[in-house]
Amino acid sequence: MLALKVGDHVNTDMIVPGRYLAILDPEELAKHVLESLDMPARIRPGDVLIAGHNFGCGSSREHAPIALKAAGISAVLAESFARIFFRNAINVGLPVIVCPGISRLPDGCEIEVVGRVVRAAGLELPFVPLSAEVQEILDAGGLVEMVRRRLA
Amino acid sequence: MSQTLAEKLLSRAAGRVLAAGETATCRVDLAMVHEAGAQMLGPLGAMGVRRAWNPERIVAVIDHWAPASNEKAAVMHQRVRELVRSYGISRFYDLGNQGVCHQILVEQGHVSPGMLVVGTDSHTTMAGALGAFATGIGPTEMAAVFGLGELWMRVPESVLVTVQGTLPRGVSSKDLTLAVMRDLGVDGALYRAVEFTGTAVSRMPVWERFTLTNMAVEMGGKAGLITADRLTAEYLRKAGAAGGEYFAPDEDAHYATEVRIDAEALEPLVAVPHSPDRVQSVSSLGEVRIDQAFLGSCTNGRLEDLRIAAGLLKGSRVAAGVRFIVTPASHSIYRAALAEGLIADFADAGAIVTPAGCGACFGGHIGVLGPGEVCISSSNRNFSGRMGSAQASIYLASPAVVAASAIAGKIVAPEGL
Repeated sequence: MLALKVGDHVNTDMIVPGRYLAILDPEELAKHVLESLDMPARIRPGDVLIAGHNFGCGSSREHAPIALKAAGISAVLAESFARIFFRNAINVGLPVIVCPGISRLPDGCEIEVVGRVVRAAGLELPFVPLSAEVQEILDAGGLVEMVRRRLA
Repeated sequence: MSQTLAEKLLSRAAGRVLAAGETATCRVDLAMVHEAGAQMLGPLGAMGVRRAWNPERIVAVIDHWAPASNEKAAVMHQRVRELVRSYGISRFYDLGNQGVCHQILVEQGHVSPGMLVVGTDSHTTMAGALGAFATGIGPTEMAAVFGLGELWMRVPESVLVTVQGTLPRGVSSKDLTLAVMRDLGVDGALYRAVEFTGTAVSRMPVWERFTLTNMAVEMGGKAGLITADRLTAEYLRKAGAAGGEYFAPDEDAHYATEVRIDAEALEPLVAVPHSPDRVQSVSSLGEVRIDQAFLGSCTNGRLEDLRIAAGLLKGSRVAAGVRFIVTPASHSIYRAALAEGLIADFADAGAIVTPAGCGACFGGHIGVLGPGEVCISSSNRNFSGRMGSAQASIYLASPAVVAASAIAGKIVAPEGL
């Protein structure tokens, strides 16, 4: 997997600007994801996004993780996440991983996730396991599926 | 066990005593949806949620595109109305009765102290000024709340912000909020609750307190909280809100960090591009010419904010080449401003008064910025691209600074204040 790198405090206005909020089609949103960083042209399906602190801060728009996922991003690894983005990502099935030191990796490096460790650029970075509540949602295949089972 | 306000409120919502760091399933007292409700129909159908757990605990609002600015927005509105019909939501604020969802929740008496409030918008934190735990979630999670009436919450550690003294004349709670932003930064309260206290807060009218808790999310906060008191009760009585449970933090509660601010030492502040924590005093700014001034948003679009701005505009005119856009936060504020003659004051001075709602704040319509343009705004976020072009610059300030700047054509604090 190739890692595309962004900085600290990447906000949801950067991920999907307000002028696109009336768009509900994920594929259409994906064409504009992080467009000020030229990401639509750079992302290849399966790439991971690596980020600094507070990734996804700002608006609660679910468009942000939906657009990243539809663009082909397979996971976001960051030093830390803003909480609404984190919850939204889990709920729509975009894996998000808190990984201290991840911002030391260079842009465009090959990255490998083995067990609870990220291997890249000669570094081995252990990441923070998800809490039981969050793992339960992912294990069920997302929040939609978890609630469907409970209500069935 | 001694508890913070956040711990007490979430303990109530979970029905058992909780401490920071614990995770619990919490019962929702009030669920608010705006246009993001349009995104709920898919998940609701897939989850098999045929009826809401309690339609009486749901409020729906049209606020982002009021009225619809294009066909896509119109379709979103149609879907929100479909949601409202399908799930029996009687408390629906459609166009003609609309306003920013956070303003609607507090002014229409939907929030009472002690509640757990969730809304499909990040600034849901604002309702925490009434002693409720209020936070934002996404539409898929809101669909789950519709089905179950509950959600998992991690009890946050709290940041205690103590503000002592009296704010100087001409300095508002927005300046205080920006001072806290400067101290905490955009992730200083990440995963935490921000609890505001001190004499400056306890004496502060409720309408000004809303600005503090509104921007708690800009500090990374999960909630912004103020202990409900006599002023809260008075506000709620006028809003027609029912009862509520009043909680206060224990004196020996444990806080993750503490920030102390001397209210007397504050002066008019401004957040410079492109982050709300890049704060400096207006007096140290140098000359910044503006193309647009925006007065509005859930942060500072209340009647009192409009009064301050209209008072400064009286006898003056908006500077040549400047667009001054005034967007009341709710239709009831619009009507009150009309009755008081404020709308006429704005129109006479060359300002543009728009329908109530989110307006230009999020870059969706009525007041979008072009490349290279500069805007002074009473809103909450000055991220690159927030109000339109990524090459535009947004400065955040109080309503007084916004109005004074609209008159001067450059960023200034009101003279003689």
